[in-house]
Amino acid sequence: MAYLFNTAKQQRAMLQTIGVDSISDLFNQVPEQLRLKRPLDLPPPLSEIELEAHLRECAGRNVGGSSRACMQGGGVYDHFIPAVVDEIASRGEFYTAYTPYQAEASQGSLQAFFEYQTLICQLTGMDVSNASLYEGGTSVSEAALMAMRATQRREKIVILGSVHPEYREVVETYLSHLDCEIVVVSTPEGTVDLANVEAALDDRTACLIVQQPNFFGCLEDACRLTDIAHRYGALSVVSFDPISLGLLKRPGDFGADIAVAEGQPLGIPMQYGGPFLGILACRQNFVRQMPGRLIGQTIDRNGERCFVLNLQAREQHIRREKATSNICTNQGLLALRATVYLALLGKVGLKEVAELCCRKAHYAAEQLSTIDGVELMFDRPFFKEFSLRIRNGKLDEVLRNARCDGFDLGPTLRHFQSFATQFGKASEEGVLVAVTEKRTRDDIDRLVRSLRKSVLGL
Amino acid sequence: MRNKLATKLLFELSEPGRRGAVFPHSDVPNRSLDELMPPDQLMSDPLELPELSEPEIVRHYDNLSTLNMSVDTHFYPLGSCTMKYNPKRHERLASLAGLADLHPYQVEEDLQGILQILYEMQEMLAEISGLSAVSLQPAAGAHGELTALLVAAAFFRDRGESRSKVLFPSSAHGTNPASAATAGFDCVQLQGNKQGRVDLDELQSHLDGQTAVFMITNPNTLGLFECEIAEICRLMHDVGGLVYVDGANLNAILGITRPGDFGADMMHFNVHKTFTGPHGAGGPGAGPIAVRADLADYLPAPVIAKTQRPTVTRYHLETPQQSIGRIRGFLCNVGILLRGYCYLRTLGAKGLCDVSENAVLNANYLKATLKDVLPVPHGELCMHEFVASAQNLQEERGISAMDIAKRLLDYGFHAPTVYFPLVVPEAMMIEPTETESKETLDAFGDAIHEIVREDAEFLHNAPYHTPISRPNDVQAARKPILRWTRPLNQ
Repeated sequence: MAYLFNTAKQQRAMLQTIGVDSISDLFNQVPEQLRLKRPLDLPPPLSEIELEAHLRECAGRNVGGSSRACMQGGGVYDHFIPAVVDEIASRGEFYTAYTPYQAEASQGSLQAFFEYQTLICQLTGMDVSNASLYEGGTSVSEAALMAMRATQRREKIVILGSVHPEYREVVETYLSHLDCEIVVVSTPEGTVDLANVEAALDDRTACLIVQQPNFFGCLEDACRLTDIAHRYGALSVVSFDPISLGLLKRPGDFGADIAVAEGQPLGIPMQYGGPFLGILACRQNFVRQMPGRLIGQTIDRNGERCFVLNLQAREQHIRREKATSNICTNQGLLALRATVYLALLGKVGLKEVAELCCRKAHYAAEQLSTIDGVELMFDRPFFKEFSLRIRNGKLDEVLRNARCDGFDLGPTLRHFQSFATQFGKASEEGVLVAVTEKRTRDDIDRLVRSLRKSVLGL
Repeated sequence: MRNKLATKLLFELSEPGRRGAVFPHSDVPNRSLDELMPPDQLMSDPLELPELSEPEIVRHYDNLSTLNMSVDTHFYPLGSCTMKYNPKRHERLASLAGLADLHPYQVEEDLQGILQILYEMQEMLAEISGLSAVSLQPAAGAHGELTALLVAAAFFRDRGESRSKVLFPSSAHGTNPASAATAGFDCVQLQGNKQGRVDLDELQSHLDGQTAVFMITNPNTLGLFECEIAEICRLMHDVGGLVYVDGANLNAILGITRPGDFGADMMHFNVHKTFTGPHGAGGPGAGPIAVRADLADYLPAPVIAKTQRPTVTRYHLETPQQSIGRIRGFLCNVGILLRGYCYLRTLGAKGLCDVSENAVLNANYLKATLKDVLPVPHGELCMHEFVASAQNLQEERGISAMDIAKRLLDYGFHAPTVYFPLVVPEAMMIEPTETESKETLDAFGDAIHEIVREDAEFLHNAPYHTPISRPNDVQAARKPILRWTRPLNQ
């Protein structure tokens, strides 16, 4: 019996103490007619050796990072994860604990999460960060709901068409039952036209949601977009890439009210889509509208500094249907990974990573655009990711050959239905390319050769 | 001996000029950043982040970790949370190359191994639930509740019905009403009967054409099986409503009875609880949902489908026809589901039954050993957990549930869940799980017996041997300090 160790003799002694004859007597509350009269139809149990062989066999039928250079983007990136991050997140004292309800038994987690909140504030220039949400898409949705509460405007939000299409879909789902209009401002040129944003906003709008850098990799004019939102009394919600803040102005610097992010780039493996880390930070005056857990500093009975779950009156276990969100279990261990990652990189390291990504991405974009029939889809500044247009119906072949040559690019723009209306035919030819600090010049040069070969039909 | 430096904050350990990670020099032409990006978009000041070396970061967090209690180091009978042993093999397997390094936008032909695992996970969860279709997407239990309620809303909308009410017992987890409100429903709370179960008359008095969903935890949060569940489901179905099972307490009934068989229409699983997640200091979890056949078309996008041809089996992602849409970015909390998959493949059908039998045996044994000091107001026998009351101790001796909980920490045991559910005064909700031995349960019972003999005044100040004791929550809430800030003199 896996993971059980009371012997038959001990079980008999226990039953005797309880005062019943058999284990089945313990289940008397379950009516006989509701009992399952057969064993569950599940595969037979595997020993550890067999299980590992099975998992390795399955893993072998995937093509992972060991055999291919990942130059894919779209919100999940192949950044380097220092060994220390894995090592600390593997400590049983962290990963086999739960929500720190008992502060005396959880100072390790509580202090680490207080450090996380501080690091996120330093990174974003915001006043307060919560202790994590599920991932990027739900964070954007929680930010929209939070903005509606904070502004008391419940009829309308505005979101740019350059925000991650999956995140926009999540917002639609979260708001589906509310009488709230979601206005999408399209971005046919790669970034939004400020006049179109101006036209979409009015004094009923709760917030303007911007992604920076946007889904196509391009830099929006987040600063002026924030000003425009504020002019209509709407909150500015900015979804950012945490690595980009090694170089770019922080959401707090240009006046954003709520900053959200997918925290995966901060030391979290891609693992086919999760678990990741939802980051949400805001200005001080919105703190009581925040969703999720907050860790606060206080003193104990002896006057020692310590950390506790704070402002719980916002949360579901206290406020029930009046809570600011239904979230309970969050992404603690991933917040710990991000904390260790940011601590390791620090002031200089994050800047270096951001610069490496930026330089390598620009080198790649420049070299790739020298190929006939390959060009940058948008003539806009970008950070570490860009949209490539591959003309003459060659996209599929180019991507297939690139995979054979050891490179994964993507996602393609046509993977997302909503782009067909924004870009028409061009969406059939667009693909995202992301370049992280892990890629070498040699990788990039080989990718360029691969694409050139495909395009020329060699 | 404790390392006192450990409780300094990262920011207090920081020293200008120090660094942890070092990255290679750029191997591409070194152009000025101002050339590459618009200067007005670039930050003007250096980053605010701290500066630390790798060895001190390791020492800092290794020391901090020792200030935690955890399942690996302590008995952790936190009721409703199923703090069972987390098998180490899962950690290794979930980090294998070919699983941990997959990008969510790779082409399906390069992902057949992981898609097969996730497909099989859907199938196994459907079998365990007795329901027909599964979505792996929800990130945690509360997210599963919200997803299922949105599915229910779409189902009713399609039938031209506008139903506004979600019912739940007063003993429900706080997430139930919070999820119902988030999904746009009105909340109706039922008081329950003297036995601690749903009162059928009360339930009936709330049923009408406005009733959408009844959310029920079974076994309920008092650790009792809702033995009239079949009738409850019938009453709900008679008025056209749906029954949702909060799967937080599934550990009691694996292979014994199935929500689908007793009439439930939807449920969620807490993979981090029942199937050894692990809990990760507060998450990540995974909260997949299962629904009956005619709700399958509404599940969030995408689900994993299988196409079988004579010679080849292919797995792919599919959007259900009437899908409520996306409820998160990317697919699901794959890493946690992988661990759950490993668990189910290790145990098999018989192993899962053994889990529930031993979870229930351990809970009843502990309940029996504590009954002289901590009586349980509801139920002769319990399922996988029980809710004891310290009300007598409070009235006669001035010893509260919180006092006992705090003092237990001194004895080297994590505290039970206290003051929940609200229907029991001075509640102590104790869930030992199946992965604890009789010896551990006896030691815990002995500790409680010793504690209740201790002086009440002494207990009010407990714990005494933990890193801190009785933090001032009132001060924390009155003047919230939610981040470190540099002292003014630095």
